[in-house]
Amino acid sequence: MDFMRNTKAIAKRELVSYFESPVAYVFIVVFLMLLGFLTFFVSNFYEIGQADLRPFFFWHPWLFLILVPAAAMRLWAEERRAGTIETLFTLPVTMTEAILGKFLAAWLFLGLIIFLTFPIVITAVYLGNPDKGAIISGYLGSFLLAGAYLSVGMLTSAFTRNQVISFVLSVMICLFLLLAGWPPVTSMLVNWAPEWMVNAVAAFGFMPHYEACQKGVIDTRDLAYYLSVMIFMLFGTYVVLENRKSA
Amino acid sequence: MLAVKNLQKAFGPLLAVRGVSFNAEQGEVVGFLGPNGAGKTTTMRMITGFLPPTAGTAMIAGHDISEDGREAKKNIGYLPENAPVYGDMTVTNYLAFIAEIRGFTGSTRNKKVDETIEKCRLTKVRHQAIGTLSKGFRQRVCFAQALLHDPPVLIMDEPTDGLDPNQKHLVRTMIREMSARKTIVVSTHILEEVEAVCTRAIIICNGAIIANGTPAELKARSRLHGSVEVTSKTLNDGMLSKLKSLPNAAEALVEENKVTLVPRDSEKLFQEIFSLVKSSPDWPVTGLRTIEGKLDDVFRELTGGR
Repeated sequence: MDFMRNTKAIAKRELVSYFESPVAYVFIVVFLMLLGFLTFFVSNFYEIGQADLRPFFFWHPWLFLILVPAAAMRLWAEERRAGTIETLFTLPVTMTEAILGKFLAAWLFLGLIIFLTFPIVITAVYLGNPDKGAIISGYLGSFLLAGAYLSVGMLTSAFTRNQVISFVLSVMICLFLLLAGWPPVTSMLVNWAPEWMVNAVAAFGFMPHYEACQKGVIDTRDLAYYLSVMIFMLFGTYVVLENRKSA
Repeated sequence: MLAVKNLQKAFGPLLAVRGVSFNAEQGEVVGFLGPNGAGKTTTMRMITGFLPPTAGTAMIAGHDISEDGREAKKNIGYLPENAPVYGDMTVTNYLAFIAEIRGFTGSTRNKKVDETIEKCRLTKVRHQAIGTLSKGFRQRVCFAQALLHDPPVLIMDEPTDGLDPNQKHLVRTMIREMSARKTIVVSTHILEEVEAVCTRAIIICNGAIIANGTPAELKARSRLHGSVEVTSKTLNDGMLSKLKSLPNAAEALVEENKVTLVPRDSEKLFQEIFSLVKSSPDWPVTGLRTIEGKLDDVFRELTGGR
């Protein structure tokens, strides 16, 4: 009862605060413009001559690398810098409610931005006959990937009261997790590392799971992977905040 | 209503709070005094559940803050130091958020928000972003946040810090208005504030309580308590030596045209001086007054030099 209500109240406040400052609009515009530019001019969406959203989804992990840490960096760092964390945690609110509330708000916000790319889907459907299942699973994969990045950003935001540090740290960690399972990197690693190690590192990577979704496959193993990344990172956030909330 | 039991807090090897205990009942306004760094804020943060204590606990309306934090926190309104509130939210939206967390929904929520805005005199700025407000208004928004659910226990960390004299007066008036129905703990290092609003003062130094009593009791601990101050147009040595030789005068402190006589027995000393002045019509005495002693002096005597 209290749990649902508090989580909802915190999520609502966080979501509203994105839109009370120009931040949200800047994010939306920049993301959509960059994605449009990369899809149409770099990947040559039209010239390929296929009604297929692969060139569009290809860019998501790379754009998220900047977008998501930027959306996540203020979540805790700003609370700590402004001291509002003290007001927050002296309300009858538990740490879990606060973490989940903020996480859901930011994830929903990212979901909204991803949703706003729908004109490209309309374009593809208008021009040809794309595989609708693959589009839906592609979007689901993109949303899950954003959630995984976000959980990393949340953890780094809890580390520090400086948003820039949080941003840089989370870009680094996300980049590592992104490259860990990316074929060009794994094929390079194979030359000097034992195969089991390459596979172990690759198993932690985002890419194999993301690409499976692009192919239209929604595997419970991929879902479990994303969920466990998020739970692990949010639990880390919990531990960090519990120990450092007043520092 | 509020029972603080042997609270201790260690930050690494540093023991910031070393065993603070006190009780406060409804109707009491407890002034929490101490030099900077004495452990006031740390103690308050433990009472309000922001920091976990290293040892000891606090009971708020029968709920243990360490074991049943949620129920305990429901009974507390807390105004942290420097009034931290979300700068990008408007006053109304912020208070609506607090109301939701405090369990008010729908029209009760809106009613609570309106009432609190009214009570804290925020009507003028209710649609402004908090970050654009002056310090005094920000403080009042944070005050409003603490009062919204009408808590039985109210804890305020330096509520008048950085406010102008009018705003200070307003905050004190509000504290006094509420004091009958609540248990209030106010930390401050402004001693006039303690005399203006507090029914009890606790002095804390180096993380431990070194004095706990009514402002009058504490003042009585002053060296100058019960001293008699004689003001005269001119003071000559004859007058001084006669005053000093009174049987109940322990010590005389002379400054310009005033002499302060520290007593052995205050009432008798006053009588002696009074009759001495009466029997010396040629003395140009213009004033006689018994000094209650100043909290400032007590504060400095108890905490100074450490």
